[in-house]
Amino acid sequence: MATTITKTETLVGKRIRRREDPRLITGTATYVDDIQMPGMHHACILRSPHAAALIKSVSTKNALAHPGVVAVFTGIDTASVGPVPCGASLPGLRVPHHDILARDRVYFAGHPVAVVVATDRYIARDAIDLIEIEYEPLPAVADPEKALAEGAPAVHPQWPDNTAFTFHQEGGDVDKAFAEAEVVVKQRITSQRLIPTALETRGVVAEWHSGDKALTIHSSTQIPHLLRTLVAQMLGLPENRLRVITPEVGGGFGSKLNVYAEEALMGFVAMKIGKPVKWIESRRENFMCTTQGRGHVDYFEIAAMKDGTILGLKLKLIQDLGAYHQLLTPAIPTLSVLMMPGLYKFQNIRADIIGVFTNCVPTDAYRGAGRPEATHGIERMVDILAAELKMDPAEIRFKNFVSSDSFPFHTATGLDYDSGNYSEPLKKALETVEYEKLRAEQAEARKQGRLLGIGISTYGEICAIGPSPATPAGGWESATVKIEPSGQVTVMTGASPHGQGQETSFAQIVADELGVDMDDVLVVHGDTAVVQYGIGTFGSRGTAIGGTALYFALQDLKAKIKKFGALLLGSEDVTYANGVCTDNKTGKSKTLAEIAGASYRAMKLPPNTEPGMISTHFWEPPNFTFPFGAHIVITEVDRDTGRIEIKRYVAIDDCGKMINPLLVDGQVHGGVAQGLGQALWEQAVYDENGQLISGELMDYAIPKASMMPWIESGHTETPSPVNPLGVKGVGEAGTIGCSPAVVNSVVDALRPLGVRHIDMPLTPEKIWKLIQGASA
Amino acid sequence: MKRTINLTINGKQYTHEVEPRLLLIHYLRDIVGLTGPHIGCETSLCGACTVAVDGKAVKSCTMFAVQAEGRNVVTIEGLAANGTLDPIQEAFWNEHALQCGFCTPGMIMASKQLLERNSSPTEEEIRHGLEGNLCRCTGYQHIVNAVKAAAAKVGA
Repeated sequence: MATTITKTETLVGKRIRRREDPRLITGTATYVDDIQMPGMHHACILRSPHAAALIKSVSTKNALAHPGVVAVFTGIDTASVGPVPCGASLPGLRVPHHDILARDRVYFAGHPVAVVVATDRYIARDAIDLIEIEYEPLPAVADPEKALAEGAPAVHPQWPDNTAFTFHQEGGDVDKAFAEAEVVVKQRITSQRLIPTALETRGVVAEWHSGDKALTIHSSTQIPHLLRTLVAQMLGLPENRLRVITPEVGGGFGSKLNVYAEEALMGFVAMKIGKPVKWIESRRENFMCTTQGRGHVDYFEIAAMKDGTILGLKLKLIQDLGAYHQLLTPAIPTLSVLMMPGLYKFQNIRADIIGVFTNCVPTDAYRGAGRPEATHGIERMVDILAAELKMDPAEIRFKNFVSSDSFPFHTATGLDYDSGNYSEPLKKALETVEYEKLRAEQAEARKQGRLLGIGISTYGEICAIGPSPATPAGGWESATVKIEPSGQVTVMTGASPHGQGQETSFAQIVADELGVDMDDVLVVHGDTAVVQYGIGTFGSRGTAIGGTALYFALQDLKAKIKKFGALLLGSEDVTYANGVCTDNKTGKSKTLAEIAGASYRAMKLPPNTEPGMISTHFWEPPNFTFPFGAHIVITEVDRDTGRIEIKRYVAIDDCGKMINPLLVDGQVHGGVAQGLGQALWEQAVYDENGQLISGELMDYAIPKASMMPWIESGHTETPSPVNPLGVKGVGEAGTIGCSPAVVNSVVDALRPLGVRHIDMPLTPEKIWKLIQGASA
Repeated sequence: MKRTINLTINGKQYTHEVEPRLLLIHYLRDIVGLTGPHIGCETSLCGACTVAVDGKAVKSCTMFAVQAEGRNVVTIEGLAANGTLDPIQEAFWNEHALQCGFCTPGMIMASKQLLERNSSPTEEEIRHGLEGNLCRCTGYQHIVNAVKAAAAKVGA
């Protein structure tokens, strides 16, 4: 339950209900599909039914003749538009040319081939069926390991080995570690392709202002400014003639951290027809054509001593890239490599990535983006090692944690962990579940033949992404704070929240720093004509970087408020607190509104001071932040059906200082739901011809209310020294911590049957077969 | 081919000429201008388009506008028409039962129906009752809390 607010109360750290919500709970918010414009047309896109084929001929004649159709464009028409951009760079990276509409060949089922523009969305959809395309189907490959095999179909004919890049990273002395090890354990672990499934699909409304030669694009995106820079390039528009507006965004989870063909295509269409045009992705298209997540086949080897001391880790990582590089596709697995040490102190690591083209939609960021895959791997390997050594999985973790007195801690992958007390969340989680008692109960259950499992994961994260040298497009964030002449405060943030709640948490920060009422603060985002420039919201960066930019802008203004206050009070010695500037000698005071008003009227100015009360700050973080935590999951497996019951889910997360714990809990719950989705239910399944079998919500099982356990969420709070707010980030924590805890738990449940590892998702069918195989 | 339909939406009478194939959700959103109900799938799986038709929660993407002839439709916009939030809206706000908000109008309409049928549901009954409405943000826990809180308030 949220608390009520009084003006002088400190708001940071309080559970405060959101300022965003009144428009969302009354149905009055504006998402892209809610935009209506006079003369607006509707676009529908024809997509390839084949995963690989040559386009032999295209006839749009019948579609164009259909009443209500105003235009049809194919890849020939859009040839002048620049390619869909890849923002990541790696040595030797092969980057296929990615047209916004296919010209002579299609590379995945769903590949856009033509667009119909009509006066009505139903007519546009009707006319799609009237376009005649002759394809010559080609052999396709959907499995990354099969794509690497000799003689596999070439996704891109110029690169018959289907290899987009290889990447090697090494730290310490891995060969020595493995030579000295008393035990080496190996395991192949997969992280299946996932479909992000934001409830709002993608959508674009584009409007051409011919007199000004200016284009406005409304898009459901996480990165309005980067979209503007890149789409302007694609369309050959001066950047200052393109305005991107991000209205309400119905979820992203990384899938809208991108620049898509359709965003440039709608701009192209609007410029051609001279009318506004709307395209709304169908759910089927969302499944086939929006980037997917994960897609790893990982070969792990871990070296250790018999006492459980981990010496080193090797990883061969096969990344299914899909047919193209979207914005960050090849960069995602490099994050996995960075995250490989987890919370452990061993210093010897070797990783080799092979990035593989397949005839599937590209993979890219999805909640956690590379870090869940790594955490799943290391946390599974630690459990497999513990089982091999007959050690308790909690004990082996305590033994190998980076100790709390060794921060900043330099990892073998080149990171500097900022702060941490890794034992604390695990201790708290173990106490919550009464671990020793629980193990005794498990022993008793096993005697009765019941399959009860206890799974632990202790995860680390790389958040607040990130310092600019480590990110493709700048890793800073910006904030402008404007104190209006009347004393109200408007914040323009370069972050682009889409459900995370920064309209509230940023207002809390402003209210505390300036001593103003939260209701006097408005947080604006997602319009490139209003906001200075920004990077966006992803990688758990919104508050840790965007909030810090805001904090520094507020410090500038506090100094300026004191200058104007001193001038108005005729004093050299003033204090600013609770929205009032006070002369320390006379006790006389001026309110923020009086001071702000005077700063704009500018009848008198303090020395070397400009009129007005506006500050813009771009904050470059000196480091990532490194949240951590421990999740414990108790499961019971039904022998007869293979069904997994989650009896308890305990999540203890440390995301640094919490601005609004109510929102933090929401992030953890949602993150766990997506982690649980991966662990138990979700999988993008392609057949051998590259057809997406799990292509609808009927076939792709995102969690429903009845599938979710009650999450017992708790926290430890270790401030980050990287930023003055002490925050680390929490958007991805639940997802990263979840899947290994669940799989460790189920493997623990099935241990009496000799089960050592199971790949996700842990469907009842898979579990039932394992049980049958064990009893056969 | 167009047909005339007469219906009541959020207490107001509407008459329109519509194509027989026009879905109720498109009618509400594009013709009446009530964009509160959302389209998340068009296949009746996600529940974002849930509205009440003659008092029953209906996924308006699986009903034609012509089937609403003579009916009484209530959308999310109709709940706080007099300026006062419905207890279930207030509870969603207090309990942080929404993040991106896209599923929220449908989720609120489904929750309202759930409480009309069962004024003091258990956690299990709430979870089961909301199975037809998908949320990708919240993990549902705060939604369960909100429905419980609204039940307590209405029952009090």
